[in-house]
Amino acid sequence: MTRPHHGASDCDFDVVAAVEVSRHYGRRRALAGVTGQWTAGTITGLFGPNGAGKSTLLGVLSTLLRPSGGTVRYGDRDARAWGDILRSRIGVLGHDLFLYPELTARENLIFFGRLYGMAPAHLERSVETALKRAGLAARADDRVGSFSRGMRQRLAAERALLHGPRLVLFDEPFTGLDDASVERMIARLRELREQGAIVLAATHDLEIAEQFVDGGLCLQGGRIVTIPPGPEPLRARYRRAVEEAA
Amino acid sequence: MGVLQAAWLIARKDLTVELRSRELIYTAVFFALSCLLVFAFAFVGERTVVENAPAGILWVTTIFAASLALGRTFERERQADTLRALLLAPIERPSIYLGKLLSLLILLFGIQVVVVPLVGLLFGAPIFRAPLLLGGLLLLGTVGFAAVGTLFAAMLQRASSRDVLLPVVLYPVTLPAILGGMQGTLWVLAAEPNYELARTWLAMLVFFDAVFLTLALWTFAPVTSE
Repeated sequence: MTRPHHGASDCDFDVVAAVEVSRHYGRRRALAGVTGQWTAGTITGLFGPNGAGKSTLLGVLSTLLRPSGGTVRYGDRDARAWGDILRSRIGVLGHDLFLYPELTARENLIFFGRLYGMAPAHLERSVETALKRAGLAARADDRVGSFSRGMRQRLAAERALLHGPRLVLFDEPFTGLDDASVERMIARLRELREQGAIVLAATHDLEIAEQFVDGGLCLQGGRIVTIPPGPEPLRARYRRAVEEAA
Repeated sequence: MGVLQAAWLIARKDLTVELRSRELIYTAVFFALSCLLVFAFAFVGERTVVENAPAGILWVTTIFAASLALGRTFERERQADTLRALLLAPIERPSIYLGKLLSLLILLFGIQVVVVPLVGLLFGAPIFRAPLLLGGLLLLGTVGFAAVGTLFAAMLQRASSRDVLLPVVLYPVTLPAILGGMQGTLWVLAAEPNYELARTWLAMLVFFDAVFLTLALWTFAPVTSE
């Protein structure tokens, strides 16, 4: 498909498919032949030990990393031709939080909202809603540098969701969150599912993930490892799958 | 969103961050003042200045202060990985380059507002003799240096030895812009000025800047791709 001069609204999709995706850093292989398909209204947990390739897969799906082999398609489009337009439909919460410590919570949200081309009136409403959702309405005009890790994590999640992305990629969304904030994050992820988002969340908190994921993708050494179904808790099945694959 | 609109957003954000921290402006201005004082003791004796020294002093001070600021331009974006956030935004990559360049230039012109009058004061340089020509030379020489510097700072932001590498790769490549600015300034401030030659250097700077900016805009997207 040739790339027309369309806006973000013309670039929506309801399925993301990775086919035999691999990614190498020099001689090191981070992903090897990963294939998967994720549809609107689902939450997929991305599991695996450290260095398994979770963040690399999220990087490839976010269009930031170019796969060394294989393809990723967003509906009927690919990132190579549609990169910057597709990115308007993708929201990423990274390991680092993508926030400027010298700016206030509100200024951070406004800056990124403008970069995503949000109309002023819509942006103003969205920022107020995001601040309330992050539990930071009272500290909206405080600099992010003065926030605790948990507060920054909540703000970073709302920053990633401000523009209403179709594809939501969260890397360790529960880092630094207290129990109440974890509950709120789970509720937020479920709300995104209801709204038809495609959510992928990489996490080591399998007990938490078990409460909200519709399916799981486990990586080990850059390859997919199947977690067997069963009545046991997710953590036990995950451990068995990883040990068998090692 | 248009390239220039996104670039302005990024530049404005950078300037807000700098106004809050005042890290770069204080460091660069303090460094520039220290340089000027050292040069004043070295080149001014018996109330006379070594001939043609002010032009060289002005440019060496500007370039060294600019190098300090350049290193921090992308270092700040590394702290919370915000460069990745910019790369993830639905904007064309050259707008990130232009935004960074614009904020750096505003900072450098701020430094020159302090440095140029001091060169006039300490070294008796006739800075008001041909203000438009001198301003043009400073503007174009600084743009050429910053255009390449911003690109190299982006290229090296993932290198562990970036602080050492940046000046090593930057100075040889930007030599035409530095020499052009310096030679033009020299002919404006000389005891017997030659405006024709100064204008020739100005024209060469226009050419250098056009080449540097075109190459930088063309290569920024590939060098920031992972």
